Amino acid sequence: MHELSIAMGIVDAAVDESQRRGVHVSAVHLRLGALSGVVKDALMFSYEVACQDTALQGSQLIVEDVPVIVFCPQCQQERKLASVQLFSCPECGLPTMDVRHGKELEVFALEVSE
Amino acid sequence: MSEPRLVEVRRNVLKQNDVIARALREQFRSAGVFVVSLVSSPGAGKTMFLEKTLTQLQPRYRVAALVGDLATENDAVRLARSKAPVKQITTGTLCHLEAAMVQNALCDWDLNTLDFLFIENVGNLVCPSSYDLGENLRLVLMSVTEGEDKPLKYPTIFNSADVAVVTKNELADAVEFDWNAARTSIQAVRPGMQIFRLSAKTGAGMEEYLSFLVQQLAEQRAVAHI
Repeated sequence: MHELSIAMGIVDAAVDESQRRGVHVSAVHLRLGALSGVVKDALMFSYEVACQDTALQGSQLIVEDVPVIVFCPQCQQERKLASVQLFSCPECGLPTMDVRHGKELEVFALEVSE
Repeated sequence: MSEPRLVEVRRNVLKQNDVIARALREQFRSAGVFVVSLVSSPGAGKTMFLEKTLTQLQPRYRVAALVGDLATENDAVRLARSKAPVKQITTGTLCHLEAAMVQNALCDWDLNTLDFLFIENVGNLVCPSSYDLGENLRLVLMSVTEGEDKPLKYPTIFNSADVAVVTKNELADAVEFDWNAARTSIQAVRPGMQIFRLSAKTGAGMEEYLSFLVQQLAEQRAVAHI
C-alpha cells in the first residue's frame, strides 16, 4: 500500500500552492486514472491521515475517476476501454497500446478562499 | 472569509519522482549502461532468475545489481555468489522502490564501468507500477505456480512493463500450467508484449532471453552514438 505516500504528495502540493497564493484550501480536486496504480478507497482514507497537523486539515479530497482512453488506429478514433483487462478497441476489437488517458495522478484544482 | 472559488493548478503528484527518473535515464544513456528492472509478486523467483542472469552474462559483460527488499539483506547475499557488484536497498516499510532510492544507491558507483545494471524491485505487483525508475526495460515475472490469470488480476503492472518472463517452467507439467491461457491473459492487458518462458533452475530458455538483452544493449548504444 503506497497510498499514504501518494496522499502526502497531494497534501504537499496543495500546501505549497496555498502558501504561494496566500489562500485557505477547503477542497482538493484530483484526477485519478484507472492505470495510475492507486486504489481510490485507500487514498481517501490516507488523505485524512496525511492532512493532520497541516494547513489542509479538515479539507476534502474530491476524486474524478479518469477511464482508460486509447486511440484505435483502425477506427482512427479515441475509444474508452470497457475494462483494463482488455486493451482492444471496444468497437472493432483491434488490440491497441496507444493509451491517451488513464495514467493521471494530478491535482488539477483547489477550492480556495482568501 | 470570502466565498470559496475554484482555481486550476494542474500538478502531477509524482512529478518529483518523474524528474529524478528522467535524470537517471539520461545518466544511464550517457554512461552506455542498459538498465533492466524486475517486478513480480513475492516468491515468483526473481532472485534465482537474477542470480542466473548475472552469472551467465558475467563472462562477457560487466554487470551489477541493486536489490530492493523490505527488511532483510538475504537477497544481496544470495546474489553476491554471482561475484557481480550487488547493493541492497532496504526500504523499511515502503512496498516499492522510488527513483530517489535508486539515485542514492548509485551515488558511489561509476556507471561507465558497466554494461548492464539490474534493479530488483520489492516483491509486489501493485505499488511499483506507479514509479518510473529511469530503467530502459521493465520485466514483469510470473511463475507457472501462480496461475494463468495473474495478468488479469494485476493489469496495471503488466501494462506498465515491456517484457513478460514466465518462470519456473520446470514445474509447468506438475501444476498443469495452461500456456495458451497465460499468453492470452498477457496479450489482453498488454498487446504485443514479448514473452519469455524459461527455467532459471535448469537453464532451459535462458539463452534466448539473454540474447534478447544483449541485442537491446547493442541497439541502445547504436542510438546513443547517432
